[in-house]
Amino acid sequence: MNIHEYQAKEILRAHGIPVPPGEVATAPEEAERIAARFGGGVVVKAQVHAGGRGKAGGVKLAQTPAEARARAAAILGMKIKGLTVEKVLVTPAEEIASESYVGVIVDRASKSPVFMVSRRGGIDIEEVAATDPESIQRLVVDARYGLLPFQAYWLAVQLYDDGAQQRACARLLRQLYEAFVEAGASLAEINPLITTPAGEVKAIDAKINIDDNELDRKPEIAGLRDVAAEPPSEREAREAGLTFIQLEGDIGAVVNGAGLAMATMDLIKFYGGEPANFLDIGGSSNPAKVVSALRIITADPRVRVICFNIFGGITRCDDVANGIVEATRQLEIPVPLVIRLTGTNEEKALQILQAAGYSATTSMDEVVQRAVELAHRPAGA
Amino acid sequence: MAIFINEGTRLVVQGITGRDGSFHTRQMIEYGTQVVAGVTPGKGGQRFEGPSGKGVPIFDTVHAAATATGANAAIIYVPPPFAGDAMMEAADAGLPFIVAITEGVPVLDMTRVHPYIAEHGARLLGPNCPGLLAPGKCKVGIMPGQIALPGPVGVVSRSGTLTYEVVYQLTRAGIGQSTCLGIGGDPIVGTSFIDCLAAFEADPDTRAIVMIGEIGGTDEQRAAEFVKAHVTKPVIGFIAGQTAPPGRRMGHAGAIISGSAGTAAEKIEAFQANGIRVMRRPSDVVPLVREVL
Repeated sequence: MNIHEYQAKEILRAHGIPVPPGEVATAPEEAERIAARFGGGVVVKAQVHAGGRGKAGGVKLAQTPAEARARAAAILGMKIKGLTVEKVLVTPAEEIASESYVGVIVDRASKSPVFMVSRRGGIDIEEVAATDPESIQRLVVDARYGLLPFQAYWLAVQLYDDGAQQRACARLLRQLYEAFVEAGASLAEINPLITTPAGEVKAIDAKINIDDNELDRKPEIAGLRDVAAEPPSEREAREAGLTFIQLEGDIGAVVNGAGLAMATMDLIKFYGGEPANFLDIGGSSNPAKVVSALRIITADPRVRVICFNIFGGITRCDDVANGIVEATRQLEIPVPLVIRLTGTNEEKALQILQAAGYSATTSMDEVVQRAVELAHRPAGA
Repeated sequence: MAIFINEGTRLVVQGITGRDGSFHTRQMIEYGTQVVAGVTPGKGGQRFEGPSGKGVPIFDTVHAAATATGANAAIIYVPPPFAGDAMMEAADAGLPFIVAITEGVPVLDMTRVHPYIAEHGARLLGPNCPGLLAPGKCKVGIMPGQIALPGPVGVVSRSGTLTYEVVYQLTRAGIGQSTCLGIGGDPIVGTSFIDCLAAFEADPDTRAIVMIGEIGGTDEQRAAEFVKAHVTKPVIGFIAGQTAPPGRRMGHAGAIISGSAGTAAEKIEAFQANGIRVMRRPSDVVPLVREVL
């Protein structure tokens, strides 16, 4: 789960990390009032679940409250990577003497949390990794002990030469690790971590990604989900227990299992079609899930055909067949369905579908080819 | 032979009385797996009713189950908040091979579980995996047994149903498998592609290897380098997620392209650069395996 910058900053503040104040506005007038309260220059920052906000024009300086209002008016409602900006963060502009990067991620290769720090902050760390990898220092943490004081100090020494800044940074890194663990994060980064001309160390931008598997046991973190920032179809899918991702094409897909769902999208492309979605109905055998899946896919007017690819293991093919029949009773499905079912209870499923006037195949290639043909048929046919 | 399991596998099922645990325990017994014990805290002393009257004794702890039955492997169907603890309990009881089926285990839990398992010298497969199947011999997990056939091809994959698809294509073409296993779709898993490739290389009954990867991370790239350096048997590879958009988690917690890293294109390139024959679609597995056998 993604959370916004202002939410990430609240988490860091709660762990004692020095973060400048900031408030969220949803209207230009509100941004103006916040800027007036802070006095002096402010930064107006788009709060949206997309990287590259600065490059997209979603982060602007404003010298006066009136200017903050104008900046907010320009940013609110703009689209960044397809997502509409609904909120801006207004925060005092800081004077910057240096910019560093600090971050902690769950690393696949070492199977451990790994810290990365660099004196080259304020730019995308992936860009730094590509162009100047030597400027990034890494440290693997044994999760059973956490970030030890000497390790935090070692990292701080990589970033700062001044003793007071090294100590401040080491304390901050331990607080960042605590925040990372307590939030159930897969990534927590501060970029940039600045020093001011007066020598203070401060976090002026922050990003935290939450491991979805933590949400059940961390309701306060789950409550940070910004439902308005999600596409409605993906929200409905999540509530129905489906994994759904909207894509750009015209062939809807209903598949069980994430790997097979990806392979089905790829096969649609292989035969010259374009997938409209990724959809995994999961391992359960609940016909209601099939009904939800069809409701979500048919809500997309671009979809011209829906392709089922079900490999019954735990999932029972007859349950999926019942779901299809049930869905056609409850919903008007304006596009053709093509169906592939194989595995557990396949014969029963075929009987159910035949009785309802549908045919099905047991071959994945066949069903996808048929879907692509139907998607390419002339309009009105 | 098969890798990691065989006719001598004596299995303890952690979470045997749960919905998934009980269903799959019956399936495993029907397949011929020796399920020697179950564990459910608070139900020690009871018996689990297996198919055709075969009962399985239930214990409160894995330690008691292992001591009483001589078990040498564990399978875990415990819910996510307790799954990490269950894996460590199995390792502490001295079981050398642990399969974790549970989906949804927090990844930070796994960062603490892994060093513990390693110190105890155990091998963990999973979590969030379908387990493994040695056709005609033993099944530990949830793979549908009827789609597999004994034979010379080792199949290793990150996914469940996509593995079944490939195994089904092979079986329909009359090509059998030595062992089929899923390593799991999470970012951190106990057994890697490299571990499986090394085991297949050492297994005299495996003559060709099919490796099914997906987007996210660099495991497939490192596995490809390992193939070039250490594997003499022919390897055939597939990568799912060629059409996946960057930055989106495609169902599996680990299946995400981060920035420009972990794309299907870079993995396919790594396969080709290291002598792995690449399947462009699942059904290509049959002609490619026929070519090398």
